[in-house]
Amino acid sequence: MKQISKLIILTLMVSVGLFLSSCGQGGSNGGALKSSAAEKVFVAPGKWDSHYAFISGGFSGQLSVYGLPSGRLFKVIPVFSVDAEKAWGFNEETKPMLMTSHGFIPWDDSHHPDISQTNGELDGRWVFINANNTPRIARISLETFETEEIIEIPNSAGNHSSSFVTENTEYVVAGTRFSIPIPQRDMPISEYKGNFKAALSFIKVDQKTGHMEIDFQVLMPGFDYDLSHPGRGKSHGWFFFSTYNTEEANTLLEVNASQNDKDFIAAINWKKAQEYIKAGKFKTMPAKYTHNLYSDDTHSAVSETKKSVRVLDASKLPGLVYLMPTPKSPHGCDVDPTGEYIVGSGKLSASLTVHSFTKMLKAIEEKNFDGDAYGIPILKFEATLAGTVQQPGLGPLHTEFDNKGYAYTTFFISSEVVKWKLGTWEVVDRKPTYYSVGHLMIPGGNSRKPFGKYLVAMNKITKDRYLPTGPEVCQSAQLYDISGDKMELLLDFPTVGEPHYAAGIPAELVTKRSKKFFKLEDNEHPHAVKSEAETKVVRKGREVHIYMTTIRSHFAPDNIEGIKVGDKVYFHVTNLEQDYDVPHGIAIIGANTSELLIMPGQTETFVWEPKQPGVWPFYCTDFCSALHQEMQGYVRVSPRNSNVKLSWSLDGE
Amino acid sequence: MREFVLLLSALLIFACQQGNQQGESGEDLTKNTPKGQASVVDEESEPNILQLAVKTDDLSTLVAAVQAAEIEHVLVNAGPLTVFAPVNEAFKALPPGTLDDLLKPENKQKLAYILTNHAAPGTFKGRLLKDGTTIYMASGEYVPVQRKGDDIFVGGAKILATVDASNGVVHLVDKIILPQKQ
Repeated sequence: MKQISKLIILTLMVSVGLFLSSCGQGGSNGGALKSSAAEKVFVAPGKWDSHYAFISGGFSGQLSVYGLPSGRLFKVIPVFSVDAEKAWGFNEETKPMLMTSHGFIPWDDSHHPDISQTNGELDGRWVFINANNTPRIARISLETFETEEIIEIPNSAGNHSSSFVTENTEYVVAGTRFSIPIPQRDMPISEYKGNFKAALSFIKVDQKTGHMEIDFQVLMPGFDYDLSHPGRGKSHGWFFFSTYNTEEANTLLEVNASQNDKDFIAAINWKKAQEYIKAGKFKTMPAKYTHNLYSDDTHSAVSETKKSVRVLDASKLPGLVYLMPTPKSPHGCDVDPTGEYIVGSGKLSASLTVHSFTKMLKAIEEKNFDGDAYGIPILKFEATLAGTVQQPGLGPLHTEFDNKGYAYTTFFISSEVVKWKLGTWEVVDRKPTYYSVGHLMIPGGNSRKPFGKYLVAMNKITKDRYLPTGPEVCQSAQLYDISGDKMELLLDFPTVGEPHYAAGIPAELVTKRSKKFFKLEDNEHPHAVKSEAETKVVRKGREVHIYMTTIRSHFAPDNIEGIKVGDKVYFHVTNLEQDYDVPHGIAIIGANTSELLIMPGQTETFVWEPKQPGVWPFYCTDFCSALHQEMQGYVRVSPRNSNVKLSWSLDGE
Repeated sequence: MREFVLLLSALLIFACQQGNQQGESGEDLTKNTPKGQASVVDEESEPNILQLAVKTDDLSTLVAAVQAAEIEHVLVNAGPLTVFAPVNEAFKALPPGTLDDLLKPENKQKLAYILTNHAAPGTFKGRLLKDGTTIYMASGEYVPVQRKGDDIFVGGAKILATVDASNGVVHLVDKIILPQKQ
């Protein structure tokens, strides 16, 4: 019996072995589940991803940093929304960053990140991103991965066709989606047509500091301006904007803005605009907008209010703008790496329309016009048409490019990415997305030099793709390998907020710049203290300023007495560490704000208004060291009329 | 012992079947004919256009055609979408053999084109179906709307009934709206 058992077991093991191997083979043919897909996205523990992906958070208002191909989330960079984790908008230093002409705004809707370029190639200096709702453009440093600057855009509403850079980052461009009365005034909505206008803003970028300044705005007819991209190479000096609602409807746009067979792609000659500015052909319009600048020297932001903007009227300045008819409410407006082709994705159209820059110039030269819109010449459709991609899918939205002459377009309704060839316009591959893809991103896919290895599809709907999490399900992106003839789905990965759009870049263009910590000796924060000897507590009437330091593993001072109910207590905390990855945090019971998270060499401030007498503890909120739990202190709060003297100490001294 | 072996084998076979099923669904991901969102199982939400069509006996031919053209995912998309759904009788009115011909795999694109000529982005119902206007269909063609008394005709097809779906609206119509192109 024992023998037989052994035999059976042996036979069983052999057959199991065979069986498993055949099972395994079945699996290896299994498309996205095949082992090669897993290998392609696997980044071993401790190893680095090959690319950064900066994915906007849509209605989260932030920008998240992921690694490709792993899809691992590294950091959420707070931009337009407060972030308690990093004290963004909570500490005294960053509150000015969220100031607008409408006051302090704790949230926005961030859409289109774009990486700075030099000679049409990604240079890894900055990422720009737009706020849709209260129109602003932010600049994020890729040294610190922090938001350094936010500029508000006047005469704009629904800042959607933004924030795309020209090929030497001469400008970051912001176009309004909604047309509005310019300047704003009280008037009947029904008088929209002909009276509402749109402003397209060209924001100059200082090449050394990155500082932004609105150079001029181009005043346009009251259409909706949806997306935009710069010319590059031969078309450098031009900027292209898609438009819809050329019907100028002000209600039920779902129907009323879909009446015209064609809307336009507006081509703006910004070099011509510069000539007009030089020649003084602009109007200086009163405007009110904020310009907020954060400094890594003072570790603080300053908000300044600007009072005017220079405006060029497209209707009155010949040669500044031309309109290229494009079928059915074009959404995406994408320019290929050579700068020759401008792809308009009519979101209701059954085909993709591709315009030729060369043909556009010829049509302009020959005045091959089909009338005008408010004095702006409309070029004949056939005169600029390079080709159409016929019946590629349903609901085209956006196109990006690889380095082999192919374009990739997303289709919302048919939920797929379609690969087609520039020049022949033939569809060569299509892959489903799960589900209803919006934007796609190829690192460098909107520059002269795309890196055609990965494609990230950003979906609007996930439904059953992940474990359920109640009515609000996971937001998600998908990674495709596009290095071969056929695209291959490699990975689904969750994102923070709506993954609206992204910018990707090879990691080596960024890693060498990344800062490790701030030098204490360079800290120019007005309330910084650079040693424990300098720490102090100063009373100014009902205001108390605590000049505090942190170092492993204590606060100095850590015992403070003489604070009274009704005082406004400022904790100015300097992190004395000069070591990579040793931030300290601080929070005190009852403070109506967030913690601070202070990087080495940095100073941050929070305000506490104690309401009850007692002895109240504070502690380090970032696990900093082996004695992190010992990093704590007390503040004694006395009644208003008490005569406890102001004092502070560390270890009794 | 023998029971144990049998049980183990059964488990293994089961596991492999499971594995194969996964393999097969994985396989689908690399093909160009996904059901996509149409494969989401959801019995609780209000029915979408595809689910409504499946439940309607009078639309069984249309459903078969949608499946043959592999465009189910379009009808479950967020939309909003207006579908003019020809009833079974409408397909019967086609010349003999036409439907069988269209259902052949080699005519998939042609069939898809005809079907997308019955779907329009947007929610067109009630007063939005205005006499003398046209509707831009997903095929890219414009189809005229006519009102005669209480009756509404779209591309010559009469609306027999209207049902709201979670992602748009379905109008049952008595004719196929044949595209002008092709």
